[in-house]
Amino acid sequence: MNLTKTLLGAIALAAMAPMAMAERGSDGNVSIIYWQAPSILNPFLSGGTKDVEAASLIIEPLARYNEKGELVPWLVSEIPTVANGGVSEDLTSITWNIAPGILWSDGTAFTSADVKFTAEYCMDPEGGCAQLTKFDGVSAVEAIDDLTVKVTFDKPTPVPYGPFVGGESPIIQAAQFANCTGAKAPECTDENFGPVGTGPYVVTEFRPNDVITMKANDNYRDASKPAFATLTFKGGGDATAAGRAVMETGEFDYAWNLQLAPDVIANMEKGGKGKTVAGFGPLVERIMLNNTNPDPALGPDERSVIRPHPSLSDPAVYKAMSMAIDRPLLVEVGYGAAGKVTCNWVPAPDAFNSTSMSCDKQDIDGANAMLDAAGWAMGADGVRAKDGVRLSYLYQTSTNAVRQDFQALIKQWFSQIGIETELRNLNASVFFGGDAGSPDTFQKFYADLEMYANTFNGTDPQAYLGNGLCDNAPSPASQWQGENISRFCDAEYDALYATLTSTADIGKRAEIGRALNDMAVERGAMIPLVHRGRLSAHANSLGGVILNVWDSELWNAADWYRIK
Amino acid sequence: MLNFTIRRLAISVPTLLFISLVIFLLLELAPGDPMAQVPLTVPAEVKEKMREALGLGQPLHIRYIKWLNQFFVIEPLNLIDNIAGTGFAEGKLRVISWQTRSPVMDIVAQRMPQTLWVVGMAYIVGVLIALPIGIISAYRQYSVFDQAGTFISMIGFSVPPFFSGVLVIVIFSVNLGWFPSIYNTLHVVNDWPSFVIQLKQMVMPVMVLALQTTAQVSRYMRASMLDNLGQDFTRTARAKGLRESTVVMVHVLRNSMIPVVTVIALGVPAVFGGAIITEQVFKVNGIGQLLITAIQANDLPMVLTLTFIFAILIVFFNLIADILYGLLDPRIRYD
Repeated sequence: MNLTKTLLGAIALAAMAPMAMAERGSDGNVSIIYWQAPSILNPFLSGGTKDVEAASLIIEPLARYNEKGELVPWLVSEIPTVANGGVSEDLTSITWNIAPGILWSDGTAFTSADVKFTAEYCMDPEGGCAQLTKFDGVSAVEAIDDLTVKVTFDKPTPVPYGPFVGGESPIIQAAQFANCTGAKAPECTDENFGPVGTGPYVVTEFRPNDVITMKANDNYRDASKPAFATLTFKGGGDATAAGRAVMETGEFDYAWNLQLAPDVIANMEKGGKGKTVAGFGPLVERIMLNNTNPDPALGPDERSVIRPHPSLSDPAVYKAMSMAIDRPLLVEVGYGAAGKVTCNWVPAPDAFNSTSMSCDKQDIDGANAMLDAAGWAMGADGVRAKDGVRLSYLYQTSTNAVRQDFQALIKQWFSQIGIETELRNLNASVFFGGDAGSPDTFQKFYADLEMYANTFNGTDPQAYLGNGLCDNAPSPASQWQGENISRFCDAEYDALYATLTSTADIGKRAEIGRALNDMAVERGAMIPLVHRGRLSAHANSLGGVILNVWDSELWNAADWYRIK
Repeated sequence: MLNFTIRRLAISVPTLLFISLVIFLLLELAPGDPMAQVPLTVPAEVKEKMREALGLGQPLHIRYIKWLNQFFVIEPLNLIDNIAGTGFAEGKLRVISWQTRSPVMDIVAQRMPQTLWVVGMAYIVGVLIALPIGIISAYRQYSVFDQAGTFISMIGFSVPPFFSGVLVIVIFSVNLGWFPSIYNTLHVVNDWPSFVIQLKQMVMPVMVLALQTTAQVSRYMRASMLDNLGQDFTRTARAKGLRESTVVMVHVLRNSMIPVVTVIALGVPAVFGGAIITEQVFKVNGIGQLLITAIQANDLPMVLTLTFIFAILIVFFNLIADILYGLLDPRIRYD
C-alpha cells in the first residue's frame, strides 16, 4: 500500500510539477505546525525564531540568503557590491535599488520611504527593538528617490548586509506603523498581530500562542503564486506531536525543527505520510572551558574573573579531554541525521570551515599518555593531580534530555583519563536568562565546564568571532554581560580579529576566519562537540520545500505547491 | 443566610488582595528572565533595552500598584466600554502580556471557549458517569460491579494524562485514524456535519479528562452512600414499608449528596483553570496551555493575572459550596 502510494506520488510529481505553477490559490489549504507557538508577528518586538519565521510569510527583507547561504535579491533588482557600484569604494555606504512594481498587500506602492521608516522604527531608543544589532554602525538611512535607499555607516563596513537582509530584518509598512514608534510600539496590538506586507500571504486571524490563519496575498508580485489559497499555522504542543501529525497521521503538511531522538524520527518515518529534511547552519554544541578561576572560596568580584584557571590553563589537560570524547557516538545518541562531528567553532559556511584539526576518533590511551607527560600523576582515588591541584571539575548545562545523556557519557570518558566531574543541570530559562543576580547563569560561569549550543545569523561570522575578544568577557564591571563566555584572552587573537574587521575580500576573510577558529579551539576556549543541523518534516504531498538554515525556514513558501 | 453571604463576600476582599500580593512577590522572587527565550545571537545590551521597554526597570511596589490599578480599575472599565460602547478606559494602559504585547484579558477571552467546551464537557461527562457508578457500587458493595468500579477508579487516579493522552492518540489517531490528534481551535459549529467534527475532535481529550473526574467523584459518592445506608433513618424508612427505590434514591441519596455536591462545586474553578497537561497533549490551546507557555516565557503579567483569576474563582466557589450545603441540609444554619 505504502509502496504503491509512494510510486504513485513519484509519478504524479513527475507529471504535475510543470502544471503546479499554474494559478494562484488553486491548491486549497496548506497547514504548518510549529511546536512553539508564535506570540506576535512583529519580529522587531520579539527575537524568538517562531515569531520571526511566522512573520516571514507576510513581511520580507530587501535581500535574503538562499539554502546555500548565498545572498539573493528579494525586493531589489540586484545585490549591491563594490564591483557593481552599489557599495562605495571606502566601504561606508550601500545603495539598494528597489525592484519596480512591488505592492503592499493593501494595494499601495512599496517605496524607499517604507525602508527608511523601518530603520527609524527599530533604531528608536525607546522601542526595545530585538533586531537592533542588524542596524549596528548605521549612521543614516536616506531615501534618494522612490526606489533608491542609501545606508551610510559610521565606519568602513566590509560586510554591509546587516540592515534589511534576512528574515530578522524585514520591511514594515510606514503607513501602518506610523503611530507605533518608540514607547508606543508594544501598544499597537492590531498592527503587531496583522502587519501589512509584501509576502505571499496576509493574516486573516491571529490568535496569540495558538493559531494563525492566512490567505494568499492578492497583490503578490508573481501573479501565479502562491499556489495555496489559504494557510493555517498552528502552534503549541511538543516536537513529537508535531512530527506525528505530519509523518504518521498526515493532519499537517509541514513540521518545524524536530529536535527528537534519532530512533523516534525513524519510527515516525515508517508512518509513510511524510519525510524529513535536514540542513546545516553554523550551530555547534560545545563545552566551554573556563579560562578564569571559578573557585567558590573567592569573593564575588574575583570568582570567575581572575585568571588563570588552576588546571584548565594547561593545554595538555584540555587537549586530553577533547581526545577522550567519542564524538561519532555523541552524534549517534543525540542527533542522528541532524548532527555531524566537528572540531570547529565555526563549521559553516564551507569557506570558513577549518580543516586543520581532526577529532573523529576517540583516543583514551593517547589522552592518558599526554596527561602523564605533562606531569599530572594518577592518584590513589583515580583522579590525577599535580602540585596539589586535582583534576576535578564542575560541569554544568541546561536541563534537556540530550544534554544530560551527553553529560553522563562524557563524565564516564573523563573518568577513564583520571578527570573527575560533578554534573549539574539548570532550568534553561535561568541558565540562559541574563539575571545578573542569579549565580546560575551561563554568563556568570560559576563552574569549570559548561555545555550549550550557539550560532550566528547570516553567513558572515565576524560578530560571532568577536565573542572571543578579551574585553568581551563578562565581569561584575559589565553586570556580567558579554559574549566571551569562556573568558578567552589572547593578544594575538585580538590583533588578528582587528585585521578581519578591515578586510573586504571574501577569500581573505575566510582565511582569517579559519585561523581565528583554530586559535580559539587550540588555545583552550572550548571543546566543540557536534555540528547540529535543523531537521524538519513535510508531507509527501507538499512540493517545493527547500530547507534553508541561513534564513527563515519558510523563505520560499510562495513556491510551495500540492503534488496531486 | 443573606447576612452570612454578605459577610463572607466582604472578608474575601482582603483575602484576595493578600493572595495577589503573595503571588506577585513569589513571581518576583522566582528566578528567570523574560528574555531567556530570545536567541543568544541577540546581544545583552539589546536585551536590556527590551527589558526596559517592558517596564522592568521600575521598583517593585510601583509595579505592584500599577498592576492593581490595571486589573481592578482599567480592565473593568474596558469591559463596560465593550458592553455599553462608552469610552471610560480610552488611552489607559491595560494589563499587557510580555510575550504578545497585547492585552492579557483579550487572550483569556479568546481561550475561554475551547477550555469550557473541552474541560467543562469532560467535567459534566465525568460527573454524570461517576454518580451512578458510586450509587451502584455502594448499594452492591463487593459485587463484581463494585470491584470493576474500584479498579477503573484506581486507573483514573494513578495514570497521568501525559500517558493516557498519548496512548489514546496512538490507538485512535495513528492506528485507527478515527479522530484527529490535533484540536482545531478555529473550527466553527454551524450545522450538523460541523457539529460531528467538533464531537470527533473532543472525544479524546474529554475521555482522558473525564476518567480522572469519574475516578474522584465516584469514590466520594460510594463512601458517602455507604455511610448513609447503615444509618438509623434508612432502617426506619425500610420499616415504614417504603419501596426500596424510594429508600435508596430519595432518603439515602439526598443525604449522601451533601458532601459530594461540595466536592463537585470545589472542582469547578479547576475547569476554568483548564487542564495544563491534557491541553498540551491534544493542542487544545486553552487557558491551561496559556498558563504553561506564559510560565515558560516568564511572562509575569500573564501568569499573575491568570493565577489571580483562579484565586478569585476558588474563593467564589468555596462560598457557593457553603451556601449549597445550607440549602441541601436544613439543619445547617449560618445565622
